[in-house]
Amino acid sequence: MALAGTRSAGQAALALAIALFLGVFLVVPVATVIYVAFTEKGGGALTLINFLDFARTELFVRSFWNSIYVSAMTVVWASALALPLAYLTTRFEFRGAMLVQTLGFLPLVMPPFVGAVAMQLLFGRNGSVNLLLDEWFDFKIGFMEGLNGVIFLQAIHYFPFILVNLSAALRNIDRSMEEAAQNLGAHGLRLFRRIALPLALPGYIAGASLVFVKVFDDVATPLLLNVKEMLAPQAYLRITSIGIDDPMGYVISVVLIVVAVATMWASALVLKGKDYATTQRGGGGLARRKLKPREQALAYAVVILILALVLAPHVGLLLLSFATVWSFSPLPDGYTLAHYARVLGDSSVYIKNTLLYASLAAGIDVVIGGAIAYLVLRTKLPGRQWLDWAASTALAVPGIVLGIGYLRAFYGVNLPDGTPLATLWIVIVMAIAIRRLPYALRAAYAALQQISVSLEEAAENLGATKARTVRRIVIPLMTGGLLAGFVTSFATAAVELSAVLILVQSNSDAPLAYGLYVLMQTPAGRGAGAALGVIAVIIVAICMGLAQLAADRSQRARGLDI
Amino acid sequence: MTGMTMSKPARAVGIEIADVNLSYGSTHVLKNVDLTIHPGEFFAFLGPSGCGKTTLLRLIAGFAQAQTGRVLLDGQDVAPLPPWRRDVGMVFQSYALWPHMTVAKNVAFGLEERRLPRVEIDRRVAEALDLVGLTAYAGRRPAQLSGGQQQRVAVARTIAIEPKVLLLDEPLSNLDAKMRVSVRRELRALQQRLGLTTIFVTHDQEEANTICDRIAVMDAGTVRQVGTPMELYENPANLFVASFLGSANILGDGDGIAVPAGKRLVFRPQHATLSSVDGVPLRGPVTHREFLGATVRYAVRIGGSEILVETPFQSGAELRRVGDTVGVALPPERMLYLPA
Repeated sequence: MALAGTRSAGQAALALAIALFLGVFLVVPVATVIYVAFTEKGGGALTLINFLDFARTELFVRSFWNSIYVSAMTVVWASALALPLAYLTTRFEFRGAMLVQTLGFLPLVMPPFVGAVAMQLLFGRNGSVNLLLDEWFDFKIGFMEGLNGVIFLQAIHYFPFILVNLSAALRNIDRSMEEAAQNLGAHGLRLFRRIALPLALPGYIAGASLVFVKVFDDVATPLLLNVKEMLAPQAYLRITSIGIDDPMGYVISVVLIVVAVATMWASALVLKGKDYATTQRGGGGLARRKLKPREQALAYAVVILILALVLAPHVGLLLLSFATVWSFSPLPDGYTLAHYARVLGDSSVYIKNTLLYASLAAGIDVVIGGAIAYLVLRTKLPGRQWLDWAASTALAVPGIVLGIGYLRAFYGVNLPDGTPLATLWIVIVMAIAIRRLPYALRAAYAALQQISVSLEEAAENLGATKARTVRRIVIPLMTGGLLAGFVTSFATAAVELSAVLILVQSNSDAPLAYGLYVLMQTPAGRGAGAALGVIAVIIVAICMGLAQLAADRSQRARGLDI
Repeated sequence: MTGMTMSKPARAVGIEIADVNLSYGSTHVLKNVDLTIHPGEFFAFLGPSGCGKTTLLRLIAGFAQAQTGRVLLDGQDVAPLPPWRRDVGMVFQSYALWPHMTVAKNVAFGLEERRLPRVEIDRRVAEALDLVGLTAYAGRRPAQLSGGQQQRVAVARTIAIEPKVLLLDEPLSNLDAKMRVSVRRELRALQQRLGLTTIFVTHDQEEANTICDRIAVMDAGTVRQVGTPMELYENPANLFVASFLGSANILGDGDGIAVPAGKRLVFRPQHATLSSVDGVPLRGPVTHREFLGATVRYAVRIGGSEILVETPFQSGAELRRVGDTVGVALPPERMLYLPA
């Protein structure tokens, strides 16, 4: 009894520490935002007047519908890119499938804002593509005009979310599902539409709702494309131009949260009772057939066109980072290494900050994610599920909202020497950590779920205490999974901007993503900004590779090689 | 199962499989398979797992391609026809019911693919569901049905298109033991009523024996023997068939028994009796004894092999003890000399 007492006391202390962390860095800032949105400016009375103001302000209403339109159209276009690729790679023996599976995920290593300016130069009114079109065929296409630009860029960047989820869902369909349909007279596209697609719908909805929310919450991409009349940019502009006392920024934040939650809720509602995977036996995925030569040519044309689009931001960024001057011409006028010299010299503080912040944030995420996973899966601590829920709500909190919340909640809190807490760089780290926590948490769950409880029971049976069992059995076995979680968190933390944008107080504290954002604003800074972008892409790509390696190795180490 | 208005197929169809060879890479899955399945017959492909029986079924349905040979349906070569043009109804081992459609939608699918008028579709769905006794479940999803009900939906979905032949891929394997007996009777009754040529794939000899007219026993990609259940049991053509259908004792040169070259002596445990040692060529010590109620099963070591002898149990009769040396007597007509 005494032993059990100390054990749960230790667990309770751990749980409390996590709860405190989540409370201070997630719940309080978000609650502050919501509270301010519902209180009278200057006074403390609760009111709905701010929301009425929001609804009466034409700019905000227009921004709201613009954001809805852009997010919805992004889902449409991203689906248009993802569907043919998913169909081709899961349904046919197609050599290009490998290409799609590797290059198709390239956008994930670079958030859309990074390539925004480069894409202007490639696809803008006077960009490379339109200059050539104009010269050869006498017409231009408004890829990047106004909201179209945001849609175009976001669709290229986010379609892999739909592709990944949809392909996985298609691959999980039992082969007999399709054969039964063929046996009863269906084939080809009709078969795909009536059987495969409905069965893969849960995967599609999961991907599509994620894309919708991500686009709705994005601040930097519209701003870099000079689109201000969208909701998330409005929140940022309101707070930075009018100040943190103006309630409108908070009202917009609440709207952003509501839309994110509503989207997730709606997708959960649609998916209710559609968890088809569990109703199927066996496996095997859809039968693949060989493409006829003409089909093959068509398939390659589709794949190459899409991959060209996917690669465009990367190519554009690379060109821009080496360009002397690049405007009103399909390619830069000349090439130079000066931008790299500049960012590795003067601006190297950005890179240093990024490495520091991202590793701290990822470290915090892995420790807290691992601890929550352990508490939830392996203890009977009352209320442990709340930690999971609390940490996961971070998914529904847009980065800009978290940033505004930190600013408001911590600005009044001063250190002994008088500097406000909100201006310290460590606050940026915390914001990034909270943003990435849900992903690290999923990784920790996955790692822990693969460890049979009997391994721990065997250790306890042989005399190890709970704490020593964790140290000698659980942590070594989770290492691979946690490492993969760390590296993934690190990679995505390195390019996190929306929460950071509003929290950076001085250039010396700014991470790479912020530096890139600032540099990209002026024509003179673009080259250096692009060089930073290339460096960011390289960092993220290396991390993704390492994460894959870590995950593979831990699989093999446990004999899970398949 | 009240209304039996389901129209019978115009005419039952025969299946001819001639000289079929099929390989996946270097694995030779079907070797020189020749079979004739008569119109209206309930036919079984019986064999251990990996013998090629399911592949042969999938070949008929169009889901596998043979390197040589022909499959004739009603005298017509089906090789050029894709699965969706064959009119061969297949019930999958997993049933393969589409979870996103109701029972009625599942049954209607094949009819919709045939672009039948809505009225006709509704009528035939109702008929098919009536035939399997699931009319009340038309609006349910497959996940809301029991295993036995799901199986009946799969059957209804298949017969609704009035296929030329019905293929059943281990249809009972996902049911519990009690369900199997009743479902196999239902399947037999349904087949009789529709007069539909049916092929039933199974690894369970009891299933094949109880409902099929004829059986093809398969092993390692070849058909070892074709016949009625009784023929196969009474006159197995080889050691594999003899031991796969029921239990068989096999003795050869190595056991000190004289047999024709390349053959072995085969007999069923219940055809032998224990006798005195005198003048009997088969003799040896009793190594085990099992009391089964109606019979007593002895294991007797003969030469290098152990054989089983089952004798009826009579109250009060004295049993042989383990270690006793006994003779094993066999009527000559029960002694079979079979090749491998």
